[in-house]
Amino acid sequence: MPRYFTQDHEWIDVDGDVGTVGITDYAQGQLGDITFVELPEAGAALAKGDAPCVVDSVKAASDVYAPVSGTVTEANAALADEPELVNSDPEAGGWLFRLTLSDAGELSGLMDRAAYDAYIAEL
Amino acid sequence: MRYLPLTPAERGEMLGVIGAAMIDDLFADVPVEARLPGPVPGLPMHASEMAVERHMSALAAKNISAGSAPFFLGAGAYRHHIPASVDHLIQRGEFLTAYTPYQPEIAQGTLQVLFEFQSQVARLFGVEVANASMYDGSTACWEAVAMAARVTRRKKAVLCRGLHPHYVSTVRTMAKFTGDVIDWRAPKLEAEPDTAGVIAAIDGETSCVVVQYPDILGRIPDLAAIAEAAHAAGALLVAVVTEPVSLGLIEAPGNLGADIVVGEGQALGVGLQFGGPYLGLFGCREKYVRQMPGRLCGQTVDAEGKRGFVLTLSTREQHIRREKATSNICTNAGLCALAFSIHMTLLGGEGLARLARLNHARARAAAARLAEVPGVKLVNRAFFNEFALELPADAREAVRHMADRGVLGGVSLGRLYPEEAALGHGLLVTATECTTDEDIEALSAALEGVLA
Repeated sequence: MPRYFTQDHEWIDVDGDVGTVGITDYAQGQLGDITFVELPEAGAALAKGDAPCVVDSVKAASDVYAPVSGTVTEANAALADEPELVNSDPEAGGWLFRLTLSDAGELSGLMDRAAYDAYIAEL
Repeated sequence: MRYLPLTPAERGEMLGVIGAAMIDDLFADVPVEARLPGPVPGLPMHASEMAVERHMSALAAKNISAGSAPFFLGAGAYRHHIPASVDHLIQRGEFLTAYTPYQPEIAQGTLQVLFEFQSQVARLFGVEVANASMYDGSTACWEAVAMAARVTRRKKAVLCRGLHPHYVSTVRTMAKFTGDVIDWRAPKLEAEPDTAGVIAAIDGETSCVVVQYPDILGRIPDLAAIAEAAHAAGALLVAVVTEPVSLGLIEAPGNLGADIVVGEGQALGVGLQFGGPYLGLFGCREKYVRQMPGRLCGQTVDAEGKRGFVLTLSTREQHIRREKATSNICTNAGLCALAFSIHMTLLGGEGLARLARLNHARARAAAARLAEVPGVKLVNRAFFNEFALELPADAREAVRHMADRGVLGGVSLGRLYPEEAALGHGLLVTATECTTDEDIEALSAALEGVLA
């Protein structure tokens, strides 16, 4: 299953036309202890670049942007009681939401793992 | 470095940057008729301090003040006795200068007061959490409507007929900019609030139902029934309390199903003060705390395990979350909240209940006496310390003529609802622990006199 990254430090796993979105390990490290995650509702229609999700940490409240356009199918309910999952397991159990992609072509603008690693090495 | 960049050249430069030709361009939103084109006509340019004091004292003496006459005004602002110790304590230097804490951790005393205040408000309202206060009851009411819209992701608020018309105005003003749809109609002079009408107005688009308790006419709405209907439609119930002393006697709104409870705290510890500053109260169920506006103080332990206080959940606030904040309020009504807290502490739960019973007893005595005045009808089936009368004549005129006789006889509904002819004969009368038998006799005599 291919994984793509954005310059805003989101990742998206794509399986057919379903994408799973989260924030990267680098992002959670920068945010510090995460205390709350505001998640989108199933059915919400997103355009690439929309901010359907907010991650609150002890330092800041940060928007999470939609890496691609699509319709939200599910949010990670486990985060309601355990927002710290985003710290401990950001790129697997701490996923944020799933969406059905409306334009798979948008993926071509995103980075792969190697490109993202090179990108954060420069930051 | 100079701190006064105010030379005409610098002003011109600044105006140029923002594209304004002159300072007056910045006030284009103020209607022309509300602007002052020059000096106030008839006002002398200079007078000595003593002369100004004398003049102002003479002007002030034309007022009949609340403390100097039989006084029956209410409608959202209540005259209660404030123990001398309240004013003494709030003027202590440690408290008086401490405004909302911008460097909170070093102001532990201020934070502790806010924490106690929040705990009192939460218990009074029957909710799990309350914030460190808002500007006043009407803005707290709007903030509740906005919060319900965030929680439910809906934009239609149903306001009960009995919501204070000034609160309705505040909500409508703000809704102009947020696009929330506001459903409200003026009340009727009836014994009971229009519960069926409120319930009928709720639909699948409703974010919240806003119900004043007791309502503007002093009636007690059936919150539990409205809560059930609101919740069945996925909407929240917002209860608005303008007279918090009433909660010493009637059930707290949170215990009857209200999801957000807001109110005006002036009645406890804060004087009438010509209409402000007052004290907005705001509480809600804990599950909605992330959407709650305002400052919130929490209790914690420091590195050595000692009790301490902090401002918490600040990511809801504008200085961190910018335009996505729950509200643009980043402050609280610190001194008024302190006065409220001190008065509440002096009263205690039992004292509040006793004060509430006393208020109700005075109001019952007043209502019974006034209902004997020929042509006067008591509207309410039930009330706390405020009730509506239906007079056989225009109530605005009656109030004016009673004032000529040295009695401040109440608030006419014509003043609150100038566009509602059907309410013109309505008069709101409030009695509190300050109301004596002599006051009640003076009011009934004055009313009888002006109606004769």
